[in-house]
Amino acid sequence: MENQILEVSDLNVAFGRGSVRAVDGVSFTLGADKVGIVGESGSGKSTVGRAIMGLLPPSAHVTARRLHFDGLDLLDQTERQMQSLRGNRLSLIMQDPRYSLNPVLPIGRQVAETALLHGNMSRKDATQAAAAMLERVQIRDVARVMRAYPHQISGGMGQRVMIAAMLLSAPRLVIADEPTSALDVSVRGEVLSLLDELVTSNGSSLLLISHDIRMVASFCDRILVMYKGRIVENLTRLEEARHPYTRSLIAAMPDARHPVHRLRVPDRESFEPSHTPLAGETL
Amino acid sequence: MQDTFPLKTPTQTRMSGAGMALRRFYSDLRREPLGHAGFIVIMILILAAVFAPLLAPYPAARQSLGEALQSPSAQHWLGTDEFGRDILSRLIWGAQITMRTVLSVSAIVGPVGLMIGITAGYFGGRTDAILMRFTDVVLSFPSLVLALAFAAALGAGLNTAIIAISLTAWPPIARLARAEALVVRNTDYVAAARIYGASHLRLLLLYIAPMCVPSVVVRLTLNMATITLTAASLGFLGLGAQPPMPEWGAMISAGRRFMLDQWWVAVMPGFAILITSLAFNVLGDAMRDILDPRHTRG
Amino acid sequence: MSSDTLGGPARAFAGRVLQFAISIFALIAVTFTIGRLLPTDPVGAIVGELASPEAYAAMRERLGLDQPVIWQFVSYLRDLVHGDLGFAAMTGRPVLDDLKIAFPATLELATLAIIISFILGVPLGLAAAFNRDTWIDHIARIISLVGHSIPVFWFGIVGLVVFYAWLQIAGGPGRVDVFYEGLVPPVTGMILIDSLLAGETAIFWNAVSHIILPASMLAYAAMAYITRMTRAFTLEQLNQDYVVAARAKGAGQARILMHHILPNITVQLVTILAISYGGLLEGAVVTEIVFSWPGLGQYMTSALLIGDMNAVVACTMVIGLMFMTLNFLSDIAYAFLDPRTGEG
Ligand SMILES: Nc1ncnc2c1ncn2[C@@H]1O[C@H](COP(=O)(O)OP(=O)(O)OP(=O)(O)O)[C@@H](O)[C@H]1O
Ligand SMILES: [Mg+2]
Repeated sequence: MENQILEVSDLNVAFGRGSVRAVDGVSFTLGADKVGIVGESGSGKSTVGRAIMGLLPPSAHVTARRLHFDGLDLLDQTERQMQSLRGNRLSLIMQDPRYSLNPVLPIGRQVAETALLHGNMSRKDATQAAAAMLERVQIRDVARVMRAYPHQISGGMGQRVMIAAMLLSAPRLVIADEPTSALDVSVRGEVLSLLDELVTSNGSSLLLISHDIRMVASFCDRILVMYKGRIVENLTRLEEARHPYTRSLIAAMPDARHPVHRLRVPDRESFEPSHTPLAGETL
Repeated sequence: MQDTFPLKTPTQTRMSGAGMALRRFYSDLRREPLGHAGFIVIMILILAAVFAPLLAPYPAARQSLGEALQSPSAQHWLGTDEFGRDILSRLIWGAQITMRTVLSVSAIVGPVGLMIGITAGYFGGRTDAILMRFTDVVLSFPSLVLALAFAAALGAGLNTAIIAISLTAWPPIARLARAEALVVRNTDYVAAARIYGASHLRLLLLYIAPMCVPSVVVRLTLNMATITLTAASLGFLGLGAQPPMPEWGAMISAGRRFMLDQWWVAVMPGFAILITSLAFNVLGDAMRDILDPRHTRG
Repeated sequence: MSSDTLGGPARAFAGRVLQFAISIFALIAVTFTIGRLLPTDPVGAIVGELASPEAYAAMRERLGLDQPVIWQFVSYLRDLVHGDLGFAAMTGRPVLDDLKIAFPATLELATLAIIISFILGVPLGLAAAFNRDTWIDHIARIISLVGHSIPVFWFGIVGLVVFYAWLQIAGGPGRVDVFYEGLVPPVTGMILIDSLLAGETAIFWNAVSHIILPASMLAYAAMAYITRMTRAFTLEQLNQDYVVAARAKGAGQARILMHHILPNITVQLVTILAISYGGLLEGAVVTEIVFSWPGLGQYMTSALLIGDMNAVVACTMVIGLMFMTLNFLSDIAYAFLDPRTGEG
């Protein structure tokens, strides 16, 4: 594939003394498209996202055969070079705006921070850029919201503020780590389509991390299924799913069009043939 | 067998497992080098206090004016004071006074704080409100100054010092015990005992108090550092143990007159205080880390 | 009751005010007990052992010791309200007049100490947290452990021996050298300020050389506490998602520290500032003895040794009042400084 934005090859991440790999030999590429990563909790999705961003804690040990972004070898970048990439050409939207927004800073300053860091502009211009960006994420009373503190706005609005801050400098790649799962069900759709709209109009690529395989399927061009730190399947349509784990993920998510009455619980033995439960072991 | 209590009380379980728990605690402690060092220092101090008559090279009160104010030497490792008394020997004897103060205060403050705290936590409501308000009031007093004033009113002396320190040292224990009791009172085995008709007193003493003891002990250990310092301050100000008792703070006070020329007289006892209080602090820190792994080092 | 309509923060605030009032009342009651009920001979304690029987009887009557305890307490309260703290046998002057001289000296010492401890403690705590488990962190831990364990009066003596006697780079005991004594007119009672007001720079620098040692020695224990707390607060913040988000925006260490973490821990820092200030006032009591600093501590301990209870009680009251007020302010700092407890 030409025009690749991100190329990940054999990415490994281990925490602490490297006993267990949280990410184990992950490889994929990303062009100007939207790719979803799905998997159960703890499968290593966020760790992949943060490894690309260079945001893992010092205890994380990251290795990769290749980790290229937009012609740059990310593993070779200094911290200072990474700083000029982050928020500028490479952005991360996190799960819960209640925690990812700084509680004691007014919204306006938090959005303007991106402009200040990368736009090479005065504080006043940065504030203006922030206001314009808040407008783009459909915040109505912009002047008031700029002055408000995070605890004074709703979760949905908080996530739109987060999106505004992260997309302000039109990054090449946006990593959205479960951007809607902390939000009220009623606003998830609108936040997601807003994100889609902005990503498309900026011409950015999107790496969307989620639990919800159906949501990802309806939204992304490709789906990577992760299980225990590995990518077990790479799909373009749900119907192609072969791996029993993927199927169990699909079955576990209720489909609005074909409602099921009881959620199916993944049957681990079917995709973990090597795993023979010991006597008395409970999962 | 109608009147046999169907449940083993936690105290009984605890007693049978106490030896093992202690051994496990010690092996955990050995993995914390600082805490282990603190433990060893405390042990040495206790031994020094107990065996002072055997260990001290000279009697505490042996005066020898011919040897007054000698600097540290092979004969007098830490030098001599203005009466020619051997400073090392006095420090060893002084360990008795320090340990006695620390243990007496802990023996008063531990049970008092524990009882006030668990009573407040167990009964809750108005009892809790009143007891905790009282605790907070005492907590808001400047403890050293209050101890000074008490000691002044009651007359100087070791026992006064012990009482004065105790008066202001229990509130942190009470708060801690209360917080623990609030958790413990909702556990299943307290509920079970309650169903079997255990009285309030029985519940408090046999079920709740033992569960709160470990964290109270940790807190007490950390407090011992403060007690050591407060006791030394009182001694320094002339309100603790009276001369010629070899109290460390009082020794510093006496040596102050010579500090510019014979510095060792005032400086040596300070090391004893510093090391003792340091040992209690690191031991307490290590115990807290072991007993409560959630608590990251603050 | 209207208190039912108050919100959570407002009620907590009212509760804290009540707590403060109760503490003050308790302080008064305790000082009353210490001064009038505990001593076996409170009259003798005030007039001294050599007083004539007439003076003794007059004082006994003046103190109202023939009255019931409750009545004595009421008159004690009334005297307090009128600022009448009685006479100090030690100086033969009203205690209030003595305090007016002693208090500024202590305040000056404690204030300089808190400034020193903050300037050193906060950066050290921040550095330790940002470099967790490195040598910086270990050094910070050792410094603060020793600070928690050191007897402050002894540290003062060591300081005098090293910096005054051996190295001769610090002024000795007292506030100024003897020949400068009493040269500046007292305005605030704080010699650093008074000497500047009088334009006496030589005296000012002499006073600086005298105060710097006791203030630094006194500052150490407070610094240990401030370092430890700052480190804990910062570590708590470093684990928060908003820090990751700020880094994801491209912010560097310095910016994270200055623009994100510091604003989040400001309120907590103000809180420990107030608490350590109270602690320093207490620490000053023993430090003053070592440095012959003519403040509350020295006044109080001289009074203690001769059993001058009026003076002792007054000092307890003043230090207790400061201590409680500072703790009170530190608790309500949250209500005023933290946007989270504001209008929201
Ligand atoms: N800072 C860390 N230190 C140690 N282990 C970590 C750390 N962060 C993640 N892990 C481990 O790495 C594994 C993968 O975690 P990760 O957060 O990437 O999972 P996830 O797929 O994003 O899960 P979720 O859906 O819950 O967000 C987990 O087993 C987790 O325990
Ligand atoms: Mg995740």
